[in-house]
Amino acid sequence: MGVEITKILKKSQAALLERWMKNQLADMGLREDLMSNEDLRAESEELINALVKSLNEKNLSEPGSSDFDHVIEILGGISISRARQGFSPRETGLSIISLKEALIELLQESVTDPKELVDISLKLHRLMDSFVITTFETFIKGREEVILRQTDEISEISTPVIRVWEGILALPIIGTLDSARTQVVMESLLTEIVESGSSVAILDISGVPTVDSLVAQHLLKTVSATRLMGAECIISGIRPEIAQTIVHLGIDLSEIVTKATLASALLYAFKTLRLEVRKPAVKTSF
Amino acid sequence: MKRILKMIATIISLNKDPMPVAREQDVVPFRNRVKEYAVKIKMGLVNQTKLITAASELVRNMLRYGGGGEVLIEVVSRGRDSGIRLTFKDDGPGIPDISLALKDGYSTGKSLGLGLPGTKRLVNEFDIKSEVGKGTKVTIIKWANG
Amino acid sequence: MDRIPILRMGPFLLVTIQVDLYDRLALDLEADLVKMVSKTGAQGILIDISAVSIVDSFMGRIIGNIGVMAKLLDAETVVVGMQPAVAITLVELGLPLKGVFTALNVERGMDLLKSKIQLFEQDETDPENDSDDHITE
Repeated sequence: MGVEITKILKKSQAALLERWMKNQLADMGLREDLMSNEDLRAESEELINALVKSLNEKNLSEPGSSDFDHVIEILGGISISRARQGFSPRETGLSIISLKEALIELLQESVTDPKELVDISLKLHRLMDSFVITTFETFIKGREEVILRQTDEISEISTPVIRVWEGILALPIIGTLDSARTQVVMESLLTEIVESGSSVAILDISGVPTVDSLVAQHLLKTVSATRLMGAECIISGIRPEIAQTIVHLGIDLSEIVTKATLASALLYAFKTLRLEVRKPAVKTSF
Repeated sequence: MKRILKMIATIISLNKDPMPVAREQDVVPFRNRVKEYAVKIKMGLVNQTKLITAASELVRNMLRYGGGGEVLIEVVSRGRDSGIRLTFKDDGPGIPDISLALKDGYSTGKSLGLGLPGTKRLVNEFDIKSEVGKGTKVTIIKWANG
Repeated sequence: MDRIPILRMGPFLLVTIQVDLYDRLALDLEADLVKMVSKTGAQGILIDISAVSIVDSFMGRIIGNIGVMAKLLDAETVVVGMQPAVAITLVELGLPLKGVFTALNVERGMDLLKSKIQLFEQDETDPENDSDDHITE
């Protein structure tokens, strides 16, 4: 086999770095506000070192080979740090694409046989493209993780269980009720039931934008779990639109107590506990 | 498809602990072992309970229909998530129609007929392979924060 | 052989499950309880599961069976002290525990049993204390 890419790369590793740096700076324009020249060089050098070390004739056409684990790790690191530094996905992607260009340029100078050049460039293209995709995937994953963390935080913040009366708990639900959220809601509600020894829980859904069959199912589950604990669960805050949707979708909520407002749910809870709220009687009426 | 394969491939097993379950008396120690691992990876109480309940259902099936077998308890990780993977393997008669067995309300034994579908709802990943005359292998994964 | 003790408290039977149930133990409990109800003419069964960390479909079925069987012998069953995680799991599993009543703790369970029995036998002792349950201000 004529051309040995490893040899070419090892020989001109320094030249490759220079070329890539040049390309990157040209592409990025002047982003020195985000990253210093030295940092960029250090990062680029690390990647090239890893790439040159792991690349050989065999794995050139196997982008999935485990030989590249270290390269992919570095790529991931670059991608995430770029995302944090405020680079756009385009800039991040372009910077890796420009490494491909630098590599191809280098090959053009070292390989003379046109057939071999095409052959090796094709392979190199494929490999580098896969690295570019990895870069994007990491970029997106980095963002997804942020979103997931925020979702967790929101669901924990937004499930306050309120003791409205001795033996009565209220839990206002704000936002959409998905299965993960339902579990958080159930867990905090049931734990509070045990801790406070409450026998009535009011689930207020005034803040839930829509109730589809899935949300209804989650509500039913929460009610069933509350009952298993030995407490009653009332659903309040059913807006007229929601009542309409429930009926139109054919959702059966007949097994649970539903009330239009938190106030009427509270009144119902008082009755269940045989409590009575009265205005203070005027003395003279006795 | 390739993507899915890649996702599965990125689940790394950190710890393998095989445990034979041949008699009913093995069930409680087995459940305790699963709990130990779940606590070790800081799984929340509700998820722990779901996992152990699912394990309990599957191990009962294995004893009743498969004549006992072996359970592999593994601590697995995928990215930042860690979880428990349980593989139940028996050399029993196998299940002729898996899709039927996974339907709510189906049962050949005298259980409630919510064994498999109910179990599936308790875990994050559920896979069942069965060959008539050879045996059944059920794999479940529960992520610590899943 | 382990056995779960059944205590007699007046017209009720009290069972506190302190160990992790395995199938044989649960089946024995079912049989023992039904025999006990028949022998003593108990009017209610109270099963405290606050120390139970796992209830799977089999144990759930046993508990449900106890409820239905006791009902045939004219006794009510109350399950008390279910842990939140167990309740959530049972719901997810699709097991509603039909046939039994539930209460938060033993005390509430006893009150519930008493009220159930009073529904049928109004000539029984004084109705329960509702003195401090009223708010007048």
